[in-house]
Amino acid sequence: MSSEKNNLKNSSYTDSSYETIIGLETHVELATNTKMFCGCALSFGAEPNSKTCPVCLGMPGTLPVINKRAVEFAVKIAIALHCKINSYSIFHRKNYFYPDMPKNYQISQYDYPLGSSGYLDVNMGDYTRRIGITRVHMEEDTGKLIHTGSSGRISESDSSIVDFNRAGTPLIEIVTEPDIKSPAEAKEYLVALRTLLLYLDVSDCSMEQGSLRCDANISIKKAGSQGMGVKTEIKNLNSFRFLQRGLEYEEQRQAALIENGEKVMQQTRHYDHITDSTKALRSKEEAHDYRYFPDPDLVPVFMDDDMVEGIKSSIPELPSAKIERYKSGFGLPEADSRFLASDKNTAAYFESCAALCKKDRLKSVSNWIIGDFTALLNKASISISSAKIKPSGLCSLIDMIESGKISIRSAKSVFEEMFNSGKEPQEIVKGKDMEQISDGSVLEKIIDDVINKNPSVVEQYKSGKEKAIGFLIGQVMAATKGKANPALVNEILIKRLKLNP
Amino acid sequence: MKIISGQEVRHIAKLAELDFSEEELSKITSQLDDILEHVAIITRADTSGAEPTSHTLKISNVFREDKVRQSLAKEDALKNAPERCGDGFLVPKID
Ligand SMILES: [Zn+2]
Repeated sequence: MSSEKNNLKNSSYTDSSYETIIGLETHVELATNTKMFCGCALSFGAEPNSKTCPVCLGMPGTLPVINKRAVEFAVKIAIALHCKINSYSIFHRKNYFYPDMPKNYQISQYDYPLGSSGYLDVNMGDYTRRIGITRVHMEEDTGKLIHTGSSGRISESDSSIVDFNRAGTPLIEIVTEPDIKSPAEAKEYLVALRTLLLYLDVSDCSMEQGSLRCDANISIKKAGSQGMGVKTEIKNLNSFRFLQRGLEYEEQRQAALIENGEKVMQQTRHYDHITDSTKALRSKEEAHDYRYFPDPDLVPVFMDDDMVEGIKSSIPELPSAKIERYKSGFGLPEADSRFLASDKNTAAYFESCAALCKKDRLKSVSNWIIGDFTALLNKASISISSAKIKPSGLCSLIDMIESGKISIRSAKSVFEEMFNSGKEPQEIVKGKDMEQISDGSVLEKIIDDVINKNPSVVEQYKSGKEKAIGFLIGQVMAATKGKANPALVNEILIKRLKLNP
Repeated sequence: MKIISGQEVRHIAKLAELDFSEEELSKITSQLDDILEHVAIITRADTSGAEPTSHTLKISNVFREDKVRQSLAKEDALKNAPERCGDGFLVPKID
């Protein structure tokens, strides 16, 4: 490890000297009620081995039966990723001997997956990368192994404890084409994929709890050279940040090897976020010989057009369509539209506001959501869907600003109080004597008073220093404790200064 | 004619985490070969007009509703564990 670290110092990977090619394999645990092939409940965090049955324990003589909802979820995902839904698909046995699967095989799909040849467009700010989806297939998750031993590390433990609660959980594997050109694109792909899956309501997509997991294949080659470099597979990239960091490390490591005239070995490596580096797992030369064959316990799945259309009609409007509608229908800028559509709950909130507000106020709604609202939500670590401010409250607040009842400045503190207490803005303003002074006759008196008290500033203004008016506005605001309507103050002040000889 | 070689049997034994002596290996190889030779008779059938199939029955789309059924009691699930540690199956570590 230390020699690898030293090598990195001499590394000359730069964006222009090498090209990176990345492909991702993502596993998604579906949020069905039961497992893929038996009626055991899915329940993260349940007592170990309390959610098992003869089927998911692989007892002889038991038969798996496909969970219909899991198939529907899988079709939803495949459709949303623009895949071809294969009318005929079957399950295979993937044979391997490891204690996390009691049957000694995992039921998966092989040459007849449910969906194939799709894509996902990933926005990178100044460009969009279309990432091909090779396949979307159904399988079952494995049990969980807890490795015992002094260090708790996988390579140093001497026995393992198995919990089969997770074994048989419906799992979808999504494999990309090697279309991803940088670690940053890989991260954005996973962000976009997660957003899409959350819209589809098929998984809770918790990377922390392992319901969304990602492995990567990465190779680099000298820019402009033919063919492909030797790829390594990186495991344990279980957060957006680790995905990007792990791949960045691997780019550097491979470049250092090439620069030193050494060869990149085709191997599986484990990302360790504490050392921020990857380490080769002991190679199993025969590990990839899975001897797939069709599972004789399961009959084929035929998807006809009616079934596909039925599932398609249950798919809600997806982020890409929302972004277009916010831009063309609501006239919002691209960046606003992307932000609002990037989270299902935020989009739902915004659309509730849109149903209550005039169209010309939607930019204000967007500003509040993107600015103060998001800041407060982040600080409180809560989702917009559980916020105390209701869309009607936000719209009323914006009405009060637009009609000049309160100033932007006081609106910010009203908003914060709405956020904390859930009170309506009218109620807060009444209680606090915050209502903006938009009564011209009241303001005129205060303005005349300020003009009389500041003859030298008035003189400066009249001699052409127009900026001096700022000081006078400030005085009026101070005299009204910030409640004067600034636009009106400006207007009256100019009028009075012109009148005043 | 040999259908399967000793080398192939050794490879499959390794995949299945099985250890055989040389003596056992040659015995198993010849027995396996006999079985495969017998089964190979089926390849003589004319299948030129038949669709490939993955299942013997002409049925498809057998699904169950996503309804929870009672799981085994934890103690029953663990009954066959050769060794247990707390509520888990204790197994030797595998590389
Ligand atoms: Zn079960």
